[in-house]
Amino acid sequence: MASQDVLREEPSRGSFINDPKIRGIFFQVLVVVLLVAGVWWIAHNVIDNLTRLRIASGFGFLKGRAGFDISESAIAYSSDSTYGRAILVGLLNTLIVAIVGIITATIIGFVIGIGRLSQNWLIRKICTVYVEVFRNIPPLLVIFFWYSGVLAVLPAPRDSYNLPFGSFLNQRGFYFPRAVWGDGSWLIFVALLVGIAMAWFVARKARQRQMATGQQFPVFWTSAALIVGLPLLAYALSGFPLSFDYPKQSTFNLTGGFQVRPEFLSLYLALSCYTAAFIAEIVRAGIRGVSAGQTEAAAALGLRSGSILRLVVVPQAMRIVIPPLTSQYLNLTKNSSLAIAIGYPDLTATAGTVLNQTGQAVEGVVIMMVIYLAISLLTSLVMNWFNAKMALVER
Amino acid sequence: MKHIAIGILGAATLGLMASAASAATLDTVKAKGFIQCGVSTGLAGFSAPDDKGDWQGIDADFCRAVAAAVFGDGSKVKFTPLSAKERFTALQSGEIDILSRNTTWTINRDTALGLNFIGVTYYDGQGFMINAKKLPGVNSALQLSGAAVCVQSGTTTELNLADYFKANKMEYNPVVFEKLEEVNAAYDAGRCDVYTTDQSGLYGIRLTLGAPADHVVLPEIISKEPLGPAVRQGDDQWYHIVKWTYFALLQAEELGITKANVDEMKNSASPEIKRVLGQEADTKIGTDLGVSNDWVVNIVKAVGNYGEMFERNVGSGSPLKIARGINALWTKGGLQYAPPIR
Amino acid sequence: MQEHDMSWVRTEMVLAQPAPAGVTGLGAWVRKNLIASTGDTILTIVGIALVAMILPQIINWAFINAVWTGPDRTVCATVAQGGIQPDGWTGACWAFVNAKFGQFMLGRYPIEERWRPILVAILFVALLVPMLIPKVPRKGLNAVLLFFVLPIVAFVLLVGGMFGLPHVETSLWGGLLVTLSLSFVGIAVSLPLGIVLALGRRSKMPIIKTLCVVFIETVRGIPLITVLFFASVMLPLFLPEGVSFDKFLRALIGVSLFAAAYMAEVVRGGLQAIPKGQYEGADSLGLGYWQKMYFIVMPQALKLVIPGIVNTFIGMFKDTSLVIIISMFDLLGIVKQNFSDANWATAQTARSGLIFAAFVFWLFCFGMSRYSMYTERRLDTGHKR
Repeated sequence: MASQDVLREEPSRGSFINDPKIRGIFFQVLVVVLLVAGVWWIAHNVIDNLTRLRIASGFGFLKGRAGFDISESAIAYSSDSTYGRAILVGLLNTLIVAIVGIITATIIGFVIGIGRLSQNWLIRKICTVYVEVFRNIPPLLVIFFWYSGVLAVLPAPRDSYNLPFGSFLNQRGFYFPRAVWGDGSWLIFVALLVGIAMAWFVARKARQRQMATGQQFPVFWTSAALIVGLPLLAYALSGFPLSFDYPKQSTFNLTGGFQVRPEFLSLYLALSCYTAAFIAEIVRAGIRGVSAGQTEAAAALGLRSGSILRLVVVPQAMRIVIPPLTSQYLNLTKNSSLAIAIGYPDLTATAGTVLNQTGQAVEGVVIMMVIYLAISLLTSLVMNWFNAKMALVER
Repeated sequence: MKHIAIGILGAATLGLMASAASAATLDTVKAKGFIQCGVSTGLAGFSAPDDKGDWQGIDADFCRAVAAAVFGDGSKVKFTPLSAKERFTALQSGEIDILSRNTTWTINRDTALGLNFIGVTYYDGQGFMINAKKLPGVNSALQLSGAAVCVQSGTTTELNLADYFKANKMEYNPVVFEKLEEVNAAYDAGRCDVYTTDQSGLYGIRLTLGAPADHVVLPEIISKEPLGPAVRQGDDQWYHIVKWTYFALLQAEELGITKANVDEMKNSASPEIKRVLGQEADTKIGTDLGVSNDWVVNIVKAVGNYGEMFERNVGSGSPLKIARGINALWTKGGLQYAPPIR
Repeated sequence: MQEHDMSWVRTEMVLAQPAPAGVTGLGAWVRKNLIASTGDTILTIVGIALVAMILPQIINWAFINAVWTGPDRTVCATVAQGGIQPDGWTGACWAFVNAKFGQFMLGRYPIEERWRPILVAILFVALLVPMLIPKVPRKGLNAVLLFFVLPIVAFVLLVGGMFGLPHVETSLWGGLLVTLSLSFVGIAVSLPLGIVLALGRRSKMPIIKTLCVVFIETVRGIPLITVLFFASVMLPLFLPEGVSFDKFLRALIGVSLFAAAYMAEVVRGGLQAIPKGQYEGADSLGLGYWQKMYFIVMPQALKLVIPGIVNTFIGMFKDTSLVIIISMFDLLGIVKQNFSDANWATAQTARSGLIFAAFVFWLFCFGMSRYSMYTERRLDTGHKR
């Protein structure tokens, strides 16, 4: 029993200098002291520098008149708007290019990723080349390539390439007819919504019936008919209210229609191509992570290869895929800040201009950082929620 | 690995960190032995590296003049190329001693940005350039409605552009870039119809384009762009040295002192010339300023007088061939005027 | 026991038959890999069409029609554009790359001093190659030379200002020199810093843990450009009056801190994969915290995450191209800067220059990823669970 008593005693490390607990507290206190001292020193320097040089500070400048124009804006903006609104315009532009880019990158990435596992040798090799090329060059270079290498050498507006449906492609961007909605066109949107709701309802009912009776129902064709047919019907009933505004040649540019600028186009294409290579690798790893036994068991149950992929492999692969996919989405959003190199007015670019026009560097950089952090946290939250939802499928 | 990192960081810090006590700029400059001069990343005629990497142009020469005044040697300058965005922080933080980077003097920059402009080394105005071959018939800026306009972001140019088109009720399509090279490339490639910046800049940029002869600068000048060097606030001595270097350049031209004749001029009979060149007995003009008494001699020997500097970099002696215009001396109908050195 | 009747047993072996014609040879390979089903056949046809459409054009452009040498833009421009090529000609302008090659590699480093970076490059290769080949002995000495001696020698040689070498300002550095020195230092700093951050994040001390988490998540949440902006426009205001950092050093700090946060997450993944028994075993041997980490945990954890570490290196190597935003000229920056040279302004210049830069970047990144795969296989000592 004596030996146990010895064990129960306080660790006999000698002095308390060696006690891990006390040392831990000591180190933490030390770190806090150093940190506080560092922050105080920096704050002191900043305040000192700002007052000594009489540089304006504070966030009041956000209410000032911006005075500069922004080429692309999702909301009403003119040079009379405030600096705050200019930053908001930039934020929206960042979100637009990020969302469109994420959707495209996901589609390309899944196609290429599945292609890399194809039975077909040629397809496999093409997909491998794609992945190895784009993964190993900087995204900025891809952006420049699209911008200076491809889009900048397109013809001038007067020699535009004529594309189908009255659209044009030239060095000023891609122009296509803009839909002009006439009176009664709200009916079309209502019909579309009703169509989607009905398709969802049909899918639900069909599933219930299949569960109960085992009978199947052609859900896809019915849904397609509902979603496309109803709006078309509404269009006809309301007297064809839709017309198009076609781009036309004028002194300088094409006017009218809808213009997609080369800055947006090259950023969007580059981010999609680049991120798709990474998504493809994630998808490949995900699908390979589902054990072969699952596929074989499904085949033994008599499922066709399409159904195996859809019902057995993908749901399981998704669980492996989603966490790294999230970080790729975040990367794409963050890489959209490279827009500044080709003059697409994203958050970094507009906030940078504001920073420069007002001379308030500290505030400008802080605003940028906070907004990007917020976007990142929000995306992570959404994807975590989605991930948790997918994980529940497991029984 | 940790030790390696510390080793590398330590070595790098020792070598690259230029540290100095928070003393007067003149003392710091004298202690380190050179003037750190903030210039543009490359604007022909103002500050641009030549084939050998030496900086040429009015803005670069102005820094040499200050170095000549302080050290008696115009070569004791180091140049820091800065983008429009970095220029003010670089000066505010003490990274550079003079900002001589075709920067427009505005009240906001004097009051809210902590700068002190010392004068106007070049009176400029914002203009427009178009490709006349592609746009025949356009000969006024008022015909530019609907055009795509290339402009550098974060400049007064960007603001003037917005104001001008708004005032004249015209539409335009801004194509904005961070760096001058990018704006040049975009304009040359035809991304936009119009290039706008300071008119002197337009002449310089025109020369770097693929086919300079195709491009014309439109007659309208839409703003006042007084370009000048700036220093930090709060150091009057340094402010005076830089300011009076500028005035000395003007005074030398007014008195006919040139790089070639400055040594003869020392023995001139004119009391004014003798005074300016520091040949008066017991003169204290230079030492009161904080430099040697023959500072004007040094300046003129290094870069010549203002007129020589102008002609060499942007005027008849340069490819830009810009006329003196309002940048002539006040005696010749221009705006350049120096208070007396006495 | 009765005698077995062995008459039905074959007494002599049948000669080995060749495999059925259907499973060997080119025909079978094609059947299996290209035309296994109707869908497959369609895919193959589409694939061949794609390759046939793109590949000849690329080869034509990059090799057959390309211009390899020439004094100025005329060799790369068509007659209509003021050059010597026939109208409708398109081809790579390698002459541009050729003429600017020195700049692309070393930037505006003074010509008479260029032997210095070249010497550093030779030393670097001479030390790196034996380091990478597992069979070459004396790894310890090699590592000391590569990671301790070389940086100092390189620093003295590149920056100069001592031993009679003229000082070369970092603003004159450019091209691949900047790319490589930024990445090398970034790698050397971010790995140890990342390990420290990862350990801090798993530490039991709440304050240290919180600080590490905040740092890592903040840096991972913002783009590198913002970090570089921070380093170029905000950092100077953080320092007392008159103290300033070289721009190159500021970029270096920005890139290293950024990579360290990502590295920390990779290392943390490795730490989490080490079974608890290893920690407890080390504790029971009486090892202290650092001993435990150094001898037991880290060797296993780092081995597990080699692919992740190399991916972070590759990411950082690519990210160095972003310094162009704060007007430093790395390889991509200097290539791009040369587009504005009126002597070489043609429709093909941008494309050729960018493809050259892409090729150099690709070479380095692809090399790194292949070497990591090789190391992974070599170190795979069968502990896979």
